Amino acid sequence: MSPDAATLDAPAVRATPRPRRVLRAPKITLTRVLLVVLWLGSWELSASTFLDPFYYSKPSAIGARIVDWFTGGTAFGSIWQQMAVTLEEAVVGFVIGSVAGVVLGVLLGRGRFLAEVCAPFIKAANAIPRIVLASLFVIWFGLGMSSKIATAVVLVFFAVFFNAFQGAREVDKTIIDNARILGARPRQILFTIVLPSATSWILASLHVAFGFALIGAIVGEYTGADKGLGLLINHAQGTFDSAGIYAGMIIITVMALLAEWLLTLLERRLLAWRPPSSATEAQI
Amino acid sequence: MSPTTPPYGPESFPHNRLPEGVISVAEAPPAIELRGVTKRFQTRDGGGHTATRDMSFTVRQGEFVSVVGPTGCGKSTSLSLISGLAAAGEGEVFVQSRPVTGIPDRLGYMFQQDAVLPWRTVLDNVAAGPRYRGATKQAARDQAKDWVARVGLAGFERYYPHQLSGGMRKRVALAQTLINEPSILLMDEPFGALDVQTREHMQDLLLDLWSGTGAAVVFVTHDLTEAIALADTVVVMTAAPATVKDVVRVDLERPRRVEEIRLEEAFLDVYRRVWDSLREEVEITRSRGAARVA
Repeated sequence: MSPDAATLDAPAVRATPRPRRVLRAPKITLTRVLLVVLWLGSWELSASTFLDPFYYSKPSAIGARIVDWFTGGTAFGSIWQQMAVTLEEAVVGFVIGSVAGVVLGVLLGRGRFLAEVCAPFIKAANAIPRIVLASLFVIWFGLGMSSKIATAVVLVFFAVFFNAFQGAREVDKTIIDNARILGARPRQILFTIVLPSATSWILASLHVAFGFALIGAIVGEYTGADKGLGLLINHAQGTFDSAGIYAGMIIITVMALLAEWLLTLLERRLLAWRPPSSATEAQI
Repeated sequence: MSPTTPPYGPESFPHNRLPEGVISVAEAPPAIELRGVTKRFQTRDGGGHTATRDMSFTVRQGEFVSVVGPTGCGKSTSLSLISGLAAAGEGEVFVQSRPVTGIPDRLGYMFQQDAVLPWRTVLDNVAAGPRYRGATKQAARDQAKDWVARVGLAGFERYYPHQLSGGMRKRVALAQTLINEPSILLMDEPFGALDVQTREHMQDLLLDLWSGTGAAVVFVTHDLTEAIALADTVVVMTAAPATVKDVVRVDLERPRRVEEIRLEEAFLDVYRRVWDSLREEVEITRSRGAARVA
């Protein structure tokens, strides 16, 4: 079926909001492109005239560096390998950290005694500048992947933990009472009421948490590693190669945006039951 | 079957629906008994609030009892005591002649607030009870489909609660409660938030689904018309702390249609009787409220 026929078959009510979107979407995209062109253009121009490109680099040099990395490889081997290493550290750290955060968050959210016992420790642990732990982990786990994973885990854990805790606490008491009356045992209440009810809280934290996982992996690599994008950036810093730092940043940003997109897909699927709230509004 | 044998019991529901009025409710064994029940709550400022004081009443198997009383008098507390969700301070609560220690078997409770699960479809909401009680997913869904149809929601099985109106959500809650085939049914102002027409619809639906099940019902409400139109017996509570002030029998024939019955002379007699009893308590509550505001 052609796309046109599909539109014709769609119910009439759908047709009303369409024209506005059709008119608005290109206008927004055009404005965005214009802004980027303006920004990069003025940067390029200034770096070619009065700014010193040695310190500030310029878009064309950064672009050339990215192309060079992807075609000729980096000082430490193929760029794909560096990306794969960083991504693996971030993903493994993200998974371990969020599972631990959800489990402990829900446990403490439902168990009042446990929560009261642990509260001061968790507050103290959260107050530690955890990024410093990266140095400690390099000593503990060496220069390999595990020290980066550990850094990612400690960053992810707290982001997820506090949301899971809050989510598990805010479960509607009437819904729990209702489930108990219907015959639910404590385990069933946990899995059919508490967890689904906390899901929107947990999912909201996962967006931030993946960003933290990437930060953890990169800071870990920066502190000491033999592979990864953090190492690449560290090396660029050591050789006063500002274009290399920018190029590394851009690659990491693209990876983070892709992960964000995947997480949004997951969220939509898991939260399909929610009323469509302000879906037409701008979302950031 | 001799008319004097109480034909109620677990096995009678729902297959052998009985003709109305075969036996008199007065002869049936007690399903719920409250004996001198007092319940106090700790308030935030460290003081105590007595919700019920020395409350006693009995609901027989198959009897529909409405509980009316002034706002905030502790009507709902009596339900949570019967359901086992809360424990009485003094006095005893019996369900099916056994003291209440946990949630009694075959008890249904419809809450005032929405208690349907927002992340489940209508069908899976209704299937929750059988699932919790160990039925397979398929069996529970088959059973739920039947109940969804009985409350008039056929075709809405795959909808989520937020896509339904308030009245439809109440139907889901009703089906969710009745699918467990309760022999004790507690209802806490279940239709309070609905508009008048929807409410009357729901009342008739409730009477239809309840008739012949032999379930004992305790129906808490503010609405005198609703209380009398549905019930065999109306229990009038005093102003807080609640205790039983009056018990009024409603000898109106069943089956009833709510919108018609309220115009009958016999209905109006009962209404006057209940209101006479309740008025004083409402005035006490009001003057207390006024004193607090002043």
